[in-house]
Amino acid sequence: MRLAYYPGCTLKTTAKSFDISTLESSKTLGIDLIEPERWNCCGTVHALSKDDVMHHLAPIRNLLRIEEMKKTGIVEESKVITVCAMCYNTLKRANLVFNSDSDKVKKINENMENESSVYNGSVQVEHLLETIKHQGWDNLRNKVKIPLKDLKVAPYYGCLLLRPRGLGIDNADKPSIMEDMIRALGAEPIDFAYKQKCCGSYHTVFMKERVADLSYKILNQAKIAGAEIIVTACPLCEFNLSHRQTEIIKNRSEFKEFPVIYFTQLIALALGLKEDSMVFGENKTDPRPLFKYKGFLKEI
Amino acid sequence: MSSENSGQILKINAENKEFKEKIQDLSGEKIDLCFQCGACSSGCPMVQEMDYLPSKIIRMSQLGLKEVLSSKTIWVCTTCFNCEVRCPRGIDIANVMEAIRQVVLRQKFDKVNIDMLTPEELRELPQIAIVSNLRKLTA
Repeated sequence: MRLAYYPGCTLKTTAKSFDISTLESSKTLGIDLIEPERWNCCGTVHALSKDDVMHHLAPIRNLLRIEEMKKTGIVEESKVITVCAMCYNTLKRANLVFNSDSDKVKKINENMENESSVYNGSVQVEHLLETIKHQGWDNLRNKVKIPLKDLKVAPYYGCLLLRPRGLGIDNADKPSIMEDMIRALGAEPIDFAYKQKCCGSYHTVFMKERVADLSYKILNQAKIAGAEIIVTACPLCEFNLSHRQTEIIKNRSEFKEFPVIYFTQLIALALGLKEDSMVFGENKTDPRPLFKYKGFLKEI
Repeated sequence: MSSENSGQILKINAENKEFKEKIQDLSGEKIDLCFQCGACSSGCPMVQEMDYLPSKIIRMSQLGLKEVLSSKTIWVCTTCFNCEVRCPRGIDIANVMEAIRQVVLRQKFDKVNIDMLTPEELRELPQIAIVSNLRKLTA
């Protein structure tokens, strides 16, 4: 299955481990992800004001790239796969605006400079977790080489994978898609109170201490529930939950570093891929001691 | 709604009505649906940093009170949409917060300045954080 893949900016810089583990584990699952030849930042957040058209241009341009890939036969479907929760939300919502508001379509098309074609609204925006779910959890289970037996994993959804209501990848009140993925890998999903609570998002820039406090609550709740590791699908959540542990430890000496990784890294581990497909060394909180202790990684 | 006004009769004038309309147009939300249950405020992750609770911002907006423009609340909202999924009246409160922010930002106002960051912070922060922060908090 050849599908178009939109990585987004952060996956090319501070979240390379997310990008590499996505591509490698997808390949093993029979999904060839193909990046458009050129793409731009999606804008990271959906413009919420009703009169704002300008900020929809960036995500729509990316969707236009996907339509071009379909037209030239590079991919089989008019569909784009994302893994970053913010890219997913921004592309999906801009697409929805495009397909529901003809006045805005006209304005968007009028202002789309330097494009040889217009967007037709055909692209389906999908998250990789949905793609894997559609393949069937058994497909994932059957490809597992190292079942993650006795590993207690807390799935952290955060905000934009699930909200606003109806726009997420799963039920906004009671999601289960990451739990199903964790089970298919042979691990045990841990339910915890803060799995859908916001980590403070972009306020990490100017309100570091508040974000550290919110992140502490999330990490602590996962720990109390018995988790040994957190998985997430957002480079901003990953940054807040792992990098802000520096601030947490400054304020709470009893706090012990807690590993936070991307869901695709966990998949790559269970699929028995090489360590350079998981790039664990890039994670601020190194999960390798835990995985070695569990016997999933060999001692070097 | 400030303390010096407490106990006085609140008179809604044409200016209040016009401001309320502006918030409704920009947000696309029917704010009169709110019956002050407080579910949005109870689930909000940022209330500790707020001066007015989200539910109070909605009440003030119903009355067209321009004091919302100088509230701290609108700037600390993380647009996490927790309020949106909790509202029993179907109001997307995050849209209302954005509308109020936009009224201020469109007067060429920047809430934050990237120059306030140290080179070390700039190196550490992922661009997803910086881009989204500046998108929400600058003109």
